[in-house]
Amino acid sequence: MSAILTVSHLTMRFGGLVAVNNLSFAAQRGEITALIGPNGAGKTTVFNCVTGFYKPTSGMLELDGRDGATHLLERLPDFRIAREARVARTFQNIRLFPGMSLLENLMVAQHNPLMRASGFTVFGLLGLPWYRVAERDAIDRARYWLDRINLIDRADDPAGELPYGAQRRLEIARAMCTEPDLLCLDEPAAGLNARESAELDELLLFIRNEHKTSILLIEHDMSVVMKICDHIVVLDYGVKIAEGPPDHIRNDAKVIAAYLGVETDEVDAVEAEAGR
Amino acid sequence: MTDAATPSPPRFAFGAALKSAALSAVVALGLFGLMVGIRTETGPTGSLIYWTRFGDVALLVAAVFLGRFLRVLAFGDGPIRLQRLVPARWQEASAGGERFARLMPGRNLGGIFSIALLGFALVAPILFFNNRYALDLGILVLTYVMLGWGLNIVVGLAGLLDLGYVAFYAVGAYSYALLAQNFDLSFWVCLPLAGILAAFWGLILGFPVLRLRGDYLAIVTLAFGEIIRIVLLNWQNVTGGPNGISSIPRPSFFGIPFNNDDDGFAAVFGLDYSATHRIVFLFYLILMLALLTNWVTLRLRRLPIGRAWEALREDEIACRSLGINTTNTKLTAFAIGAMFGGFAGAFFATRQGFISPESFSFVESALILAIVVLGGMGSQLGVAIAAIVTIGGFELFREFAAYRMLVFGGAMVLIMVWRPRGLIGTRTPSVFLKQRKAIAGALVGEGRG
Ligand SMILES: Nc1ncnc2c1ncn2[C@@H]1O[C@H](COP(=O)(O)OP(=O)(O)OP(=O)(O)O)[C@@H](O)[C@H]1O
Ligand SMILES: [Mg+2]
Repeated sequence: MSAILTVSHLTMRFGGLVAVNNLSFAAQRGEITALIGPNGAGKTTVFNCVTGFYKPTSGMLELDGRDGATHLLERLPDFRIAREARVARTFQNIRLFPGMSLLENLMVAQHNPLMRASGFTVFGLLGLPWYRVAERDAIDRARYWLDRINLIDRADDPAGELPYGAQRRLEIARAMCTEPDLLCLDEPAAGLNARESAELDELLLFIRNEHKTSILLIEHDMSVVMKICDHIVVLDYGVKIAEGPPDHIRNDAKVIAAYLGVETDEVDAVEAEAGR
Repeated sequence: MTDAATPSPPRFAFGAALKSAALSAVVALGLFGLMVGIRTETGPTGSLIYWTRFGDVALLVAAVFLGRFLRVLAFGDGPIRLQRLVPARWQEASAGGERFARLMPGRNLGGIFSIALLGFALVAPILFFNNRYALDLGILVLTYVMLGWGLNIVVGLAGLLDLGYVAFYAVGAYSYALLAQNFDLSFWVCLPLAGILAAFWGLILGFPVLRLRGDYLAIVTLAFGEIIRIVLLNWQNVTGGPNGISSIPRPSFFGIPFNNDDDGFAAVFGLDYSATHRIVFLFYLILMLALLTNWVTLRLRRLPIGRAWEALREDEIACRSLGINTTNTKLTAFAIGAMFGGFAGAFFATRQGFISPESFSFVESALILAIVVLGGMGSQLGVAIAAIVTIGGFELFREFAAYRMLVFGGAMVLIMVWRPRGLIGTRTPSVFLKQRKAIAGALVGEGRG
């Protein structure tokens, strides 16, 4: 087993606020790694650093691609992280293309291969068969994922009309259409009902097992985390306070303290221990 | 949402209406009192002379009072919901139209209308052969249709607010004029060159500007339009400055000139000479150029680049998370839009035979943008209709001279209240699995830069 993502000494400052403080962890290939922690712990900030939306104040982010190449993510602009390092992500506040149909959303995700197939538009404009074959393949891939997330019947509806849970699933499908090595999901279960949440677990396990895509997951819903994750990293105030398999985290005193909120002096003691 | 439950608007009391109207009248008095009430001018000896026009002020204030009074009485204080103004019968009729459209798979109403419009454009020169004015108007309208379609790529598809589009129109026109005059190149050689030069300037402008968003982008593009115009105005020895460039070569029919000579168009084709031949040729030329713009746009929309433009308009951050190079994508939109502006400019130069910086003022940019917004951003048919209505309307109100802009502005406001998404606010998906369903305008993003 090898690490797909290695985060070393990542620090992100916003002015005086240290959102992420000297964080190190690794996400293993073929596993689901969860990043958990109370509100404002800095989880989304870590994601934004990994996917290039923020430039870290310091630290190193290494991604080992499937072809054996190592990508230093802190040096790449966001779109190249998606295109070359093959890291796809979803957003905490869903970011679909609401005025485009579900199918179009999934087609946009396949922009780069399609762009190449269309000879950077020249062949496509001339309507050469080469491009048409590539487009049919892209539609097939979109159809496959729409089928997978049970939204095939709504393929031609605008994404903005979908109910919330379906939008979350579509965003995951769209990220998968980029054929990523690492899929980063920011609170995919937020706002889902129990049935939808169970479907989501199944989908994520399917992605891990069948598509061999590693997943980095931010989640508040502990039932999801405990059920499907292989490895958990716990953040509090930007600092890693615990790391390990679910069984270990479940019983960790510091994690319980951070989540449940204990007496102030106890928290202080815990945080002193955590190195703040 | 909830107001659907309340069938009639809340009727305001007489007193409240009176009070609101009085307040508006006071504001109007304050505004117009100085602006209209006192007129100053430089007298014959250079001294300032002024006179008062309190009668006009009284009229204006009375009009504001009455207008506000009636409005509050009829619709209350809130925003006017125009659905309520439209009689139920009309609403049913338009719903019926949609039903009718659904009954005809594949060919919706818009499609039928487009074909009818195109058919009319094709036979128009024959119908109006003896009506020079109508032909000239047709050419003018088609020029704006083409400009609208070109700008639509930038504003409607990619969602980049460009207030300086006329700059590319100017680059195209001057490119053609200078190339044709100095190097004696024919129209068909100059046309692509003018387009390429305009696209090149689109890239030059795009590079520094496209990292700006929204209002900032709008302001910088506006400035760019003005810079180009001022350069044209001041670069005397190349552009002729304010005198412009005259006796620009007129177009020939693929080498055959439109004149009364033995090798002229009429003689070669065995027709009686008529000055209208050239006008008809120009008409078909611009029609062809406009249709080329339309064809390329429709084609691009179905290609990854076009989809990326629309995705960019919807959500730029999501685009980046999918590996799309947003800077390049914006640049291509800018360059391709500029290229069509350049084509239109070359056509303008050859049609007029004379160009000067005056033709490329900000008002032109604003007019083209108005056409795109009125038509419904992203809708090809909408833009065509908006160009016809706007330019036709301008001609119609020619007698009113000074009030023309007032009417234009008023009409614009009304249409935007009635249809905030433009005449055709729906979007048609570029690809579909089972059925092409129109997407309501309310869901479609407008772009924030
Ligand atoms: N762009 C920014 N500028 C300034 N401060 C920021 C920025 N982004 C995040 N922060 C701050 O960093 C801290 C961590 O925020 P972050 O969004 O990473 O938390 P989170 O763990 O994702 O919380 P939640 O569970 O609520 O999503 C917060 O205090 C937040 O206010
Ligand atoms: Mg967050």
